[in-house]
Amino acid sequence: MGDPLYADGINAAVLLIVAAKVLVVFAFLMVSVLFMVWFERKVISDMQSRIGPDRAGPWGLLQTLADGIKLFFKEDLLPDQADRRIFHLAPYLSIVPAFAAFAVVPFGGTISIAGHHTQLQLADPPVGVLFLLAMSSIAVYGVMLAGWASGSKYPLLGSVRASAQMVSYEAAMSLAVAAAVLAAGSLSTRDIVIAQEGYRWNLWVLGVVPFVIYLIAATAETNRPPFDLVEAEQELVGGFHTEYSSISFALFFLAEFMNTVTVSAVAVTLFLGGPNGPHIGFLPDLWPVVWFLGKLLCFLFVYVWFRATLPRFRYDQLMDLGWKKLIPLALYWLLLIAALRIGRDQGWNAGIVLAVGVAVGAVAWAALGAALRQGETVKAAA
Amino acid sequence: MDWVVFVAAGIAVLAGALGVVLATHPVHSALMLVMTLFGVAVLFVAQQAHFLAAVQIIVYAGAIVVLFLFVIMLLGVDRSENVRAEPLPFQRPIAYVAGAGVVAAVFLLARTTWVSGAQSAAGPADGPGSNIEKLADSLFTRYLLAFEMTSVLLVIAVVGAVVLARHSPTGGVRDSEAS
Repeated sequence: MGDPLYADGINAAVLLIVAAKVLVVFAFLMVSVLFMVWFERKVISDMQSRIGPDRAGPWGLLQTLADGIKLFFKEDLLPDQADRRIFHLAPYLSIVPAFAAFAVVPFGGTISIAGHHTQLQLADPPVGVLFLLAMSSIAVYGVMLAGWASGSKYPLLGSVRASAQMVSYEAAMSLAVAAAVLAAGSLSTRDIVIAQEGYRWNLWVLGVVPFVIYLIAATAETNRPPFDLVEAEQELVGGFHTEYSSISFALFFLAEFMNTVTVSAVAVTLFLGGPNGPHIGFLPDLWPVVWFLGKLLCFLFVYVWFRATLPRFRYDQLMDLGWKKLIPLALYWLLLIAALRIGRDQGWNAGIVLAVGVAVGAVAWAALGAALRQGETVKAAA
Repeated sequence: MDWVVFVAAGIAVLAGALGVVLATHPVHSALMLVMTLFGVAVLFVAQQAHFLAAVQIIVYAGAIVVLFLFVIMLLGVDRSENVRAEPLPFQRPIAYVAGAGVVAAVFLLARTTWVSGAQSAAGPADGPGSNIEKLADSLFTRYLLAFEMTSVLLVIAVVGAVVLARHSPTGGVRDSEAS
């Protein structure tokens, strides 16, 4: 339990190592955002038979950097009706949770620096997973306050949509994450990774359902396509950040992509075994980091793929999917896994437990279906 | 080190609490409340109560204050109140007296062991297993009835809210309003 770095008390060397780790993680997130924006534009242009950015640097790699510099030199506008302090505060409220959530993601094994052993992970609190959920529930403030503080109609509509969407999908996401916690028997992200060693990844140990629910809910949480109603251009101009320009806008942009990287890293940790992978004798400390980054890249590709393929949901479809499909399914799956686990601990026949679980699920599904149909007829009559 | 954390978190809590009362704008007050909640969460962490700190952030900062902000934004009460206007002429002196009484009570309670110095009913958290395991253990064995009663209460609240908010099948207006 916990990082072995703090075992012998805290001194200057330990503080220096912690500071270095913070710096490395911060730099990694910044660079990964630069890379992610380029990667997204390049992959989408390939999928659409275009060339994409190719002017700045080799293969257009420096395009994002150029865009960032351009944004920083623009004028920072403040709308007349805006609430000045909150208007300036909102971008930071949106970027801090995105960065902080990455702190509990383990991205490698234990290494030793100058006689100190330390985990390749910024922090390993005993409530790591709850910390992740807390950060994702705090992330809603940035979007909500940005829209409100702009003092303008479209941003307010965008931010109300965004908050409702993020709060709704958080429930489904938490239930999917709870399944991973149940499998490991611990809330620490490091323990969850250790429990998945030997390719007992939660992806297949828990059945694929919690993973798929997490994937959908995380896409909605980060307001990425096909759930980007928050900034639906046809309806809301630019959504909650319509009135933002210059650095403030750059911060929102940064937060959005950083969130994508962070939720992907969390998915890798919870469902794909984090830095676990084949052990190779040559440079043993390096390979876990490589496996982690490789899995992360696969995930980021899936997100870009979503964006290039799927059309945007309508708002009522989004809410129906979240409340009427994902939450009941996630809840049922969690109960089924818990029942199977108790059955194993008590030595019950797994086949009978499974059969009873499926029967209960079928009854619940029929009841839910009947209730939904009843609701539809009420709505039609009204 | 503990002292530094305590002072920093204490300043955040007190500044947030003062801000809630003194801010003239409801949204600013709500944000100050979030600051207080974060300060209290830091104090919980300093007391090794990690679970409590995380739940404090998720439930209070992440859900309840978000709900407050929703209500403030959607009901259109998001404008500064005129604090000079007094609907009740003598409420201000009464508030001063009541406030002084509460402060005195807090100091009194802080100095008396029979209120603040009592051991927890479940006993100190020692022995094997983590903080969270202990909490779960006492919640699901010793205090199971209270836990289940609370969850029933919450379900009743949800059902009640749905019943109050839904439209009746026979056209828009509820029976209670029609009669």
